[in-house]
Amino acid sequence: MTNATQRTLLAMLPLGIVAPFLFPDYSNQIAVLWLMITFASTWDILGGQMGYNSLGNIFFFGAGMYICAIVQIGLFYDVAMYTSGSRTTHIVFSNAQYFTGLSLGIVAAGIGSAILAIGAGWIVLGLRGPYFAIGTLGLAIAAAEMMASWEFVGAAGGIAMPVFPGAPQTQKLFFYFLLFGLAYVLLIFLRWLYSTNFGLALNAIRDDEDKAEAMGLYTKRTKRTAWAISAFFLGIAGAIFGNMIGFIDPRDIAFPTTTFNLFMVVMVLLGGKGTLWGPVIGAVVFHTIKEVTWTYFLGWQFIALGLLIIVTIVYFQQGIAGWLIEKFPQAFGNKAQREAKKEEPVGKLAPQPEGAE
Amino acid sequence: MSANGNNIIQLHNVTKSYGGVIANRDVSLTVERGSITGLIGPNGSGKTTLFNSIVGYHPIDSGSIKFEDKEISSLHVPDIARLGLLRTFQTTRIYGKMDCLQNMLISVPHRKARFFDMFDREKPEVIEKAEHLLGFVGLYEKRFLLAGSLSFGQQKLLEFAMALMNEPTVLLLDEPTAGINPTLINGLLDRLKRANTQFGITLVIIEHNMRVIMNMASKIYCLAHGEMLASGKPAEIQNDQRVIDAYLGAH
Amino acid sequence: MDQILSNITILTAAPILNVGLLIDGLLIGAIFALAAYGLALVWGVMNVKNLAQGDFIMVGGYVAWNLGRLGINPLFGVPVAFCLMWCIGWVIYRLVVSKVIRRDLFTSLLATFGVAICVQQTLNLIFGPDTQSAQADLPTWQFAGGMISVSAARLIGFVMAGLLAVAVILFMKKSRMGQAIRATAQDSRAARVLGIDTEKVYSFTFCLNAAICGAAGALVAIVWNVQPFYGTTYSIRLFVIVTSAGIGNLPGVIAAGFGMGVFEQFGGFVFGAEYQQALIVLLLLMVLAVRQIQYMTMRQAVQ
Repeated sequence: MTNATQRTLLAMLPLGIVAPFLFPDYSNQIAVLWLMITFASTWDILGGQMGYNSLGNIFFFGAGMYICAIVQIGLFYDVAMYTSGSRTTHIVFSNAQYFTGLSLGIVAAGIGSAILAIGAGWIVLGLRGPYFAIGTLGLAIAAAEMMASWEFVGAAGGIAMPVFPGAPQTQKLFFYFLLFGLAYVLLIFLRWLYSTNFGLALNAIRDDEDKAEAMGLYTKRTKRTAWAISAFFLGIAGAIFGNMIGFIDPRDIAFPTTTFNLFMVVMVLLGGKGTLWGPVIGAVVFHTIKEVTWTYFLGWQFIALGLLIIVTIVYFQQGIAGWLIEKFPQAFGNKAQREAKKEEPVGKLAPQPEGAE
Repeated sequence: MSANGNNIIQLHNVTKSYGGVIANRDVSLTVERGSITGLIGPNGSGKTTLFNSIVGYHPIDSGSIKFEDKEISSLHVPDIARLGLLRTFQTTRIYGKMDCLQNMLISVPHRKARFFDMFDREKPEVIEKAEHLLGFVGLYEKRFLLAGSLSFGQQKLLEFAMALMNEPTVLLLDEPTAGINPTLINGLLDRLKRANTQFGITLVIIEHNMRVIMNMASKIYCLAHGEMLASGKPAEIQNDQRVIDAYLGAH
Repeated sequence: MDQILSNITILTAAPILNVGLLIDGLLIGAIFALAAYGLALVWGVMNVKNLAQGDFIMVGGYVAWNLGRLGINPLFGVPVAFCLMWCIGWVIYRLVVSKVIRRDLFTSLLATFGVAICVQQTLNLIFGPDTQSAQADLPTWQFAGGMISVSAARLIGFVMAGLLAVAVILFMKKSRMGQAIRATAQDSRAARVLGIDTEKVYSFTFCLNAAICGAAGALVAIVWNVQPFYGTTYSIRLFVIVTSAGIGNLPGVIAAGFGMGVFEQFGGFVFGAEYQQALIVLLLLMVLAVRQIQYMTMRQAVQ
């Protein structure tokens, strides 16, 4: 599996780089595909690897978006003035201002979201199962409502982001590569992370958290770190996406609890929880189908989404990756058969007489 | 009187009740370092509850529990585990979706682990130790099988190996021979004894199998109806009329 | 902030207003308590946390509203919604819930969430996104010189909720099915061994819950208003009620239901109506946080 993973990751790099040039009309959709892969993979850290199903990860996406915006604007102008609906002065950012603000904003978004995760972890990570799920959902909805009434960040009207200094073509490419880069780095990072003891700890918590505690594992520390890692990448994704759209709105763009928030769960369920590639497969399948059918399902798309959730959960629980692993165990490095035959057992028994079992 | 340094666990008048039912009443006992101690009693006498109280599963109503002369009755489960006091469960608990080797690797002692240690890969010495311990319990060949696919007896052995991996000072075993094929019990007992003599682990064992516990333990405590009924060497307990009555009269 | 402070001053200055809010809170809280009981029932018997509860309520509400549009007194919507939701509940049970009962808890939660989305969006497609309420053409009585107004609709809603609750409780105590339900809730394996058809019990319980929601929804349409997407807020509300009271604690659930009604009335007055959803969600987080603190000091894992 390691070799296959390595090869796939290597193959992904050139593909990802040339895609926007090969399919310029679809460059935005492919960029969003990378975003979806980021959503799915970060959700799976907690959901698939650690067994904590979050219904509110979008909280960090939106938080990162707002943090970045505040930094981008706040470095050069008064934020409250900028976001107030009664502003009449037209504000322009110089190239230097834009890119400095954006870079610092992205960094702040990642770190800020991670810190929020540690804070939210105090409230919510002590809960198990469905309480955790509903608690996180509450967190996301609460954030949306809070932002929608906070004048400092434009309340329900949102924030008009600083305009990208450059041609529309350049802008599309710029944000495409930011999202692609983020997703790619995330996958490489996760591949490393899951191979360390941290990966084992995550799985142990998923399989039997009480047992892990009884064995002295630092479960609280592990849980908070896992969420902080998720939040870090989600925050950066939010910062990038907010700039890409050019406009931030608390309920529809920053904290879309019924769209992106749910998509992440569905994609991972579809693709297979708890594997590196499951979420990616799920994201690709989901996003492609969605893009192709959304226009045809106009009006019915959310019902279709709800049905997809139900069907996946009820009939197809292990997801595509899980199904593949069951059908082709050898291809996925099921070492049990291969390795155990080669080694000599420690403390070998006396040789059996001929014909004995 | 042996110095208190020799008594690794000291319970004094521990009382625990659940919603009206008094599971343990004024139970006192001491466990000598390096020994094998048995805890027996008819069903419902409060043995598992006592274990749960010791390892931190629930608070006790009153009394004191000391481990290496430190009061632990208000500590939480992970803290007590990190002090070196471990237990195995009656319903064997292992990490089902990880393979045996991974189960062992995650069971290393975490008491000295600093924050960034958790991002290390498994060191070769650790892997070697894990494989050695798996060999010790006879699961080496199965080390890449998912723990959840092992048979019940094999899972019990895995749980035992994981406990050894954690380098405990004291191991509380809750009915270690329950559900094991009688022909395999001797092998398990042999390993338990070796864990005690070779690794120096103090054992406290809840057992229903009298043959087993009388053979292994140097001291036995008998609980009945939540109270300490009798204690002493196996020969004394075997002939204690109160113990015999407790078992026979338990129904 | 100033608005909030001035609202609080109004309350302290005119204590009679508090009484008005209290009465309103209790009247509405009765409906909450009813629906929360249904949620606790399904939770206790089948270990299914029904996130679609609020949306079932909305369906009931739209039934009553439609009756009103057809010229029939929407109060008849209560029994009609009861029966209609019973049938819809049966369909949902057969198609979705029965298949996820024995799976892990998140599965049933997400499955009902999927159902919730389907219901919400279907309602939106059919009836549009405007809020609706069913006019029952009932008087509103004024007390204390106009400071307190009690609408007859709300009072009737309160009475009907009470009647329904009493009927359900009597049913659970006296009827065979009721006893079978309680037995299954305590120990489903034992119930099966004793010959109780647990499948029928689960199906019946879910249908009963859906029907209760339908009736509650009809009352909501008369007493308040409905909108396709209000369902989620109701679900969270009811979840908060059941979580803070504890599943087996029936009187607690009812009391918490009333408490929630009162809390919302006061909260809405002090903070303004736009904060309604935020308040409920914050309450949820507080309840969960309190639970967690309780368990942390108790030296045991949170269940």
